[in-house]
Amino acid sequence: MTNTAVANGSGATDPKRIFRRTESTAAGEGVNAVSRITRMCLAYPGRVAVAMIATVLAAAAQLSIPVLLGRAVDATQAIGSATADEAALRTIALTLLAVSVLRGLFTLAQNYSAESVGHALAHDLRLAVYDKIQRLPFSFHDRTHSGDLITVGMLDLEGVRMYFSTALVRTVLLTLLLGIGAYLLISTHALLGILALSFAPFAAWRSTAMQLTLRKTWLILQEKLAILSRVMEENLAGIRVVRAFSSAPHEMKKFDAASEEALALSHRRIDVRVKSTSAMTLAFFAAMGAVLLYGGTLVAEGEMSVGTLATFLTFMTILQMPVRQLGLMVNAYARASTCGARLFALLDMPVEVDDAEGAPDLKVTEGTLRLDNVAFAYQGAEGHRAVTGISFEARKGETVGIVGPPGSGKTTLMHLIPRFYDVDAGSITIDGQDIRDVTLSSVRQAVAVVQQDSFLFTTSIENNIAYGDPRATDSRIERSAGSAQLHDWVVGLPERYGTVVGERGVSLSGGQRQRLSIARTLMLEPAVLIFDDSTAAIDAGTESRIRKGLRDYAADRVTLIVAHRLSSLSHADRILFLEDGRIVEQGTHDELIALGGRYAALHELQMRPEADMMEAQP
Amino acid sequence: MSPSRTAEPADDHRDDGRPRLRAVVGSHRVDEEIFGRAFDGRVISRIWDFVGPYRRQVVISVVAVAIFTLSQLAIPLLIRHAIDNGMVGGVNLPVLYWTVAGFALVIAVNFAASWVQEGVTGRMAENVLFDIRRKMFSHLQRVSLSFMDKTEVGRLMSRLQGDVNSMQEFLETSVLSVGDILLLIGIVVAMLWLDWQLGLLVLSVLPILLIVRLFWLQRARAAFMAAHEANSITNGALAEAIHGVRAVQGMDRGRVNHGLYTGLVDDNYRAHLRASRLAQIMIPIVDSLTGIAMAVVILVGGYMVVEGRIEVGVMVAFLFYIQRFFDPIRSLTMQYSVMQRAMASGHRLTEVLDVDVDVTDAPDAVPLEREDDGSVEFDHVTFGYDPKHPVLKDVSFRVNSGETVALVGPTGSGKSSSMALIHRFYDVQGGAVRVGGRDVRDVTQASLGRHIAMVLQEPFLFTGTVRENIRYSSHWASDADVEEATRAVGAHDFVTALPQGYDTMLDERGGNLSLGQRQLLSFARALVADARILVLDEATANIDSYTEMQIQRALETLLEGRTGLVIAHRLATIRNADRIVVLQQGVKIEEGSHDQLMAAKGLYSRLYSMNYASFDDIPEELTGEDRARAT
Ligand SMILES: Nc1ncnc2c1ncn2[C@@H]1O[C@H](COP(=O)(O)OP(=O)(O)O)[C@@H](O)[C@H]1O
Ligand SMILES: Nc1ncnc2c1ncn2[C@@H]1O[C@H](COP(=O)(O)OP(=O)(O)O)[C@@H](O)[C@H]1O
Ligand SMILES: [Mg+2]
Repeated sequence: MTNTAVANGSGATDPKRIFRRTESTAAGEGVNAVSRITRMCLAYPGRVAVAMIATVLAAAAQLSIPVLLGRAVDATQAIGSATADEAALRTIALTLLAVSVLRGLFTLAQNYSAESVGHALAHDLRLAVYDKIQRLPFSFHDRTHSGDLITVGMLDLEGVRMYFSTALVRTVLLTLLLGIGAYLLISTHALLGILALSFAPFAAWRSTAMQLTLRKTWLILQEKLAILSRVMEENLAGIRVVRAFSSAPHEMKKFDAASEEALALSHRRIDVRVKSTSAMTLAFFAAMGAVLLYGGTLVAEGEMSVGTLATFLTFMTILQMPVRQLGLMVNAYARASTCGARLFALLDMPVEVDDAEGAPDLKVTEGTLRLDNVAFAYQGAEGHRAVTGISFEARKGETVGIVGPPGSGKTTLMHLIPRFYDVDAGSITIDGQDIRDVTLSSVRQAVAVVQQDSFLFTTSIENNIAYGDPRATDSRIERSAGSAQLHDWVVGLPERYGTVVGERGVSLSGGQRQRLSIARTLMLEPAVLIFDDSTAAIDAGTESRIRKGLRDYAADRVTLIVAHRLSSLSHADRILFLEDGRIVEQGTHDELIALGGRYAALHELQMRPEADMMEAQP
Repeated sequence: MSPSRTAEPADDHRDDGRPRLRAVVGSHRVDEEIFGRAFDGRVISRIWDFVGPYRRQVVISVVAVAIFTLSQLAIPLLIRHAIDNGMVGGVNLPVLYWTVAGFALVIAVNFAASWVQEGVTGRMAENVLFDIRRKMFSHLQRVSLSFMDKTEVGRLMSRLQGDVNSMQEFLETSVLSVGDILLLIGIVVAMLWLDWQLGLLVLSVLPILLIVRLFWLQRARAAFMAAHEANSITNGALAEAIHGVRAVQGMDRGRVNHGLYTGLVDDNYRAHLRASRLAQIMIPIVDSLTGIAMAVVILVGGYMVVEGRIEVGVMVAFLFYIQRFFDPIRSLTMQYSVMQRAMASGHRLTEVLDVDVDVTDAPDAVPLEREDDGSVEFDHVTFGYDPKHPVLKDVSFRVNSGETVALVGPTGSGKSSSMALIHRFYDVQGGAVRVGGRDVRDVTQASLGRHIAMVLQEPFLFTGTVRENIRYSSHWASDADVEEATRAVGAHDFVTALPQGYDTMLDERGGNLSLGQRQLLSFARALVADARILVLDEATANIDSYTEMQIQRALETLLEGRTGLVIAHRLATIRNADRIVVLQQGVKIEEGSHDQLMAAKGLYSRLYSMNYASFDDIPEELTGEDRARAT
């Protein structure tokens, strides 16, 4: 597999901006992108060579057809022995047949090899994009719209793919046709040749101008259509709100506004297209008329043969299409340069959280997790540290609870331990090894997180549970599901563990999702197990059953639990209370209650929800 | 080097004794027919309804396309005329000049016709597309909610976008097909008219092309669809990787996924190469047939010219026609596919347009006035989404104007359904729901909407600024009203802390806000609507204690001076209600104030004494016996 993709490392600025569809690329970047795509195509030298040679031969065949036709016409005009003419006609006819067949075969070879270069390129790029996206850290994904990434991986890739066949090869073909054609015509008769080609500059200019306008308006149209589809989609997804407020008229107004803008723009695009194509056709026919008139006079005066005139006229018909398509070529260049720039920006994005050179795997022995004065700020919010000065240690078998108001940094802290982000200061070690000094993959295997809102994959329940361990046996899967209190529900489903869940499968309640995501995490054998507020939607009774089921499992590892419901933490060996990214209280439940601080106030609030709430607020 | 399969093979079964790999990337389901019958009268007639308003444009564009085609056909004839009568066999300059003048006229006509045809057709097709979409969208605003409940949004979106687009394509190509058919007939007629013998001889290649083309079409289409599908599969897997990237990294699945994805990309590559081969294979065939036709003209036609049976201009005209000859056949076969695709789409469109509208204003419906009181009454209501299985059975209760009533009960007991009935999302099968003393079926739906404000369990926000979301459809509310409502629910502080305050754009439906914040905004939205009755489905999703406090306080503000019907989950909310209605399995089993219900020692008191913070925490065992009593 070739990998010319990763070459120059352009600076990582705001990904939101880089991937914006409307943002135009700097000219330099565009040129760079095009030359890089060209280099990537050259990684397939065999196919590129075939495509180029076939293009030359196809052009030659194409150009000889008008000449042969002219000869044939002249052969019928030659006054003399009929037999000689017949022989000449036969030779010409057979040559023409052969040339036509060859033209077809060369064009086939040209198009097919050109497209196959594009597809091979797309193949490599798809894998590179996929790999990159999987490796780019959380901080990147936090700041990038998933929709933008999808368009880069789909539309931009398509734009790059089309470059070789629609831009490069066609340019060569057009150059050959126009160049050799012009030489042949002008050397036959200068003035008539110029007349015959006179439509070309105009058509080329119109076609280019038209395509550039169409491209520009296309981008705007896409944006308008995106707004329209968003209006529709939100309306349908929120149909109950719409009905509840009886706001169909309001929604229709939103729809009409978006729809009318898009329609007006579509009309404008049609006008642009119609104007240009009609003008190009007119120019072409006008040139043909001129050739007919002037050429006709020449023929009438005996200065030119009818066949030569016929050659001129057929030449024009052959040149017409490629010249009119010049705009498409220009468009293909423009597309390749902007699409390529975005695609390469993604591929060149530095992977900030990555294995250090020659890093060994993490070796878990004692299973002790240690955080030492850890501090971290999100990119884009450098002024505000989400967590700071966090130190604590937890040994195998211990459970540490983490509590705090929303935004106090609980999730952030939990994301630092599996190295989703790198700490800005301090260190996190497992059995004395800094997690930055060992391989990422081994850290991820040692630290498992049940996320706050977990992503489930649209596939069977068993595939979801076995996500982290795809070669697990049925019995292990069922055991995990049992521990997560999911098994009884699963066996009641029509297809049991084969039931597809997610977007297109059965929809799950919040509690079921959380239990599924717990089951999936239990398949791993991590040294550190983290529950980030992941039992919130599970009722208290079920939660306590899950906890009981996990007693043995938890004995072999460190367990960290973030929870709002304090009853979930009653069994913790230690509880940390976070506020503004710092640990402000810590101790056992009883110690903290005795302390009478924030934890105790929160406890009070939860036990007596109807009590005067104003006072309880920290 | 060509792309190869270097990564781990994505097999399902292995013989080395290891358990099978339970892993896939992406999920793909082909669930829609792409091609329908080429012609479906019913669909055509429905679509014609939409084309009807543009009848004039259709006529104009068909006439224009006919003129355009004729002018194109005339050009080789003019050239022929110029050659035969103006140049060879005695110079005749006037004839040449006149022919060129005629040529000028023809190209002027051609120019005008092409302008008119393309412009009118394009606009017409665009307009029809937008009309159909508007009609569908507005229909969806009225169809029964049960339909919307059952139907995925994505499915409807693909009707509103993909299917509508293929109708547009169809309309455009229909007009073009007229041109192509005319062109084909025209070329045939012109050739036969010029010389019928030579014409017949040349035309004999036509059937060959037609047969080859039809034979090819079948296989090519299968290959194109396979390529298209391979693309969707690969793109689906990419989208999954993007959306699920955190889970992938968290579970260290990257390597396995990359291996699986390599398999998909390889398949995709092969499918595209195959499609490309099939697409290109027609080129040498068409070129060879063109070559044969030209050779025939040169050999036979040339001989005839030498013999003096035809003039040389005729031969030139033949050569010109041959160059154009295969174009209409190519586009006609392509249009055949477009047409089939359009019929399948059209069929799906009509399905949407034909969905029943169950709930409509009665002909004599009157608006509920602001003066009407804010009472809500359930009078022996029986209702089921499927009438055979009622989810509410003979339920009666009354909420007086200004009162707050809490509706409680286990999941599935019919609380949300009751709420939907108040707003007449559905019609009851027995009894009546009265709002302001009037049966909801006797008042206009619009006025019912103004009388009732609803807050749904899951806060749903629209893309737009915070202000737009709070105001939503209450056009009458000023910025000051919006701000006042926001303050009242205690959301003002966090709103002003947002980068642009009230003008901050909410990302993808409020994704940049926490759940609690979204909840507060949806409260503010209901407050701005300033309705007499507030119906609220309390959020079950666990919210941290701090946010919960804020929400409780906002709720009090919201209910002040209004009739409130609250589906309550939290005891705090329940205790603040004037009265509590306990539902179980669609039956009202208890009603009364908190104290009364506690004294009655029924389900409610038992639940309450368990000291659960929320009714949803209650394990099923506890409600079991009462369930037996209820049914
Ligand atoms: N991806 C992110 N980018 C920037 N800031 C973030 C991001 N995630 C969280 N924050 C901010 O970091 C702080 C801590 O958030 P978080 O760890 O999610 O808190 P908790 O889990 O305790 O609710 C908050 O101020 C939050 O706004
Ligand atoms: N849109 C719907 N279509 C069909 N059945 C529904 C629909 N919504 C709810 N149900 C069914 O009606 C019953 C009552 O549900 P619901 O009113 O949502 O109860 P609650 O709000 O008390 O949980 C349940 O059995 C549920 O499955
Ligand atoms: Mg959190």
